[in-house]
Amino acid sequence: MTIVLALVIGALFGAVLDRIGATNPDLLGRMLNLTNLALAKTILLAIGVGSVLMFGGQMAGIVEVGHMSVKTAYIGVFVGGALLGLGWAVSGYCPGTGVAAAATGRKDALFFIAGGLLGAAAYMATYPTMKAIGLMEKIGGGKVTLGTIPGAKYEGLTAIPGDFLGILLGALIIMVAFTLPDSLNHKADAVPAE
Amino acid sequence: MTMNWKTGGLALGVVFFLAVLLVKPIGVSTQFVILDGIMWNAVDPTVITETADGVTSSNAYLAKSHAKYAKHVLNPMNYSFIFVIAMVIGAAISSFLRGGVAKAERTMSPLWRANFGDAAWKRYAAAFVGGFIVLYGARLAGGCTSGHMMSGMMQTSLSGYLFTLGAFGAAIPVSLMMYKRG
Repeated sequence: MTIVLALVIGALFGAVLDRIGATNPDLLGRMLNLTNLALAKTILLAIGVGSVLMFGGQMAGIVEVGHMSVKTAYIGVFVGGALLGLGWAVSGYCPGTGVAAAATGRKDALFFIAGGLLGAAAYMATYPTMKAIGLMEKIGGGKVTLGTIPGAKYEGLTAIPGDFLGILLGALIIMVAFTLPDSLNHKADAVPAE
Repeated sequence: MTMNWKTGGLALGVVFFLAVLLVKPIGVSTQFVILDGIMWNAVDPTVITETADGVTSSNAYLAKSHAKYAKHVLNPMNYSFIFVIAMVIGAAISSFLRGGVAKAERTMSPLWRANFGDAAWKRYAAAFVGGFIVLYGARLAGGCTSGHMMSGMMQTSLSGYLFTLGAFGAAIPVSLMMYKRG
């Protein structure tokens, strides 16, 4: 059953990534150089919608809190995030969209995947060093959420009810998606993407 | 051809919700490690060993957290790996149905061309180096745009916000410096 779910949800995810233009490094690049924020608005709306549905579902008892999977916060999350951001800007791809883009016939994405496999292997080789220099030091208690979610195995950074806070933040993120302008950088002579 | 951001955002949000409703939050970058492990273990079967006590690996990263990655390398037919394969199929079908990517764009985006010219090798080299940095960073962070940023912020996890701050904090200035034209 989980394999069937993997096939269905995975295929939906790949198809939606393609349809929103996330497999297109042109749109990705124009989001990051701030000339076309359409993709940023899409991503923000998606996070907000996902959050409202998930926490709303938890409150209604439809969504199992145990399905949540919160990752540990440590120094490497920020450092690794910054490295990812650097490579993201250079290549126009992130791991998911790079793989999906290769499936749509983009040849540069194949080079991204090859580099990615080597980068992941390099991390496997250097993991003990990264750990030794303290990059795995936890921040704020590690696996924590901003509020305290009823029934979750994760601690809250604050005592605010986590499901309520999740809906509130989700709504806020949706509002940001709607208020964000289409472009913040008019210096570059932006041509609308195909 | 690209979906309007409102429709697209709603669709993507629903997919992320379905994932957490039915199974668990979406993530991708771990599977680069699993595929590396599969290839590595095929060349050198001593990398992962199975004993009566369980699975372990000579590689510290594959062996961490009770060898969860090593186990997935030995048994790739698990949810997360199949998920990524299905993602490839879904993206391919979607692209086929909308008529695919224009030939000129398969090598590089117009944005790249406007800033760095027509040479394909330059674009391929940048994609390769970028891919290396992206996956090294994603593994150091313990997740990528899907797992940390989207799934993480959606769950109000501190790590998701930390990651997003780092990712955009680097990506926007670098992009502003690199892509000044077009």
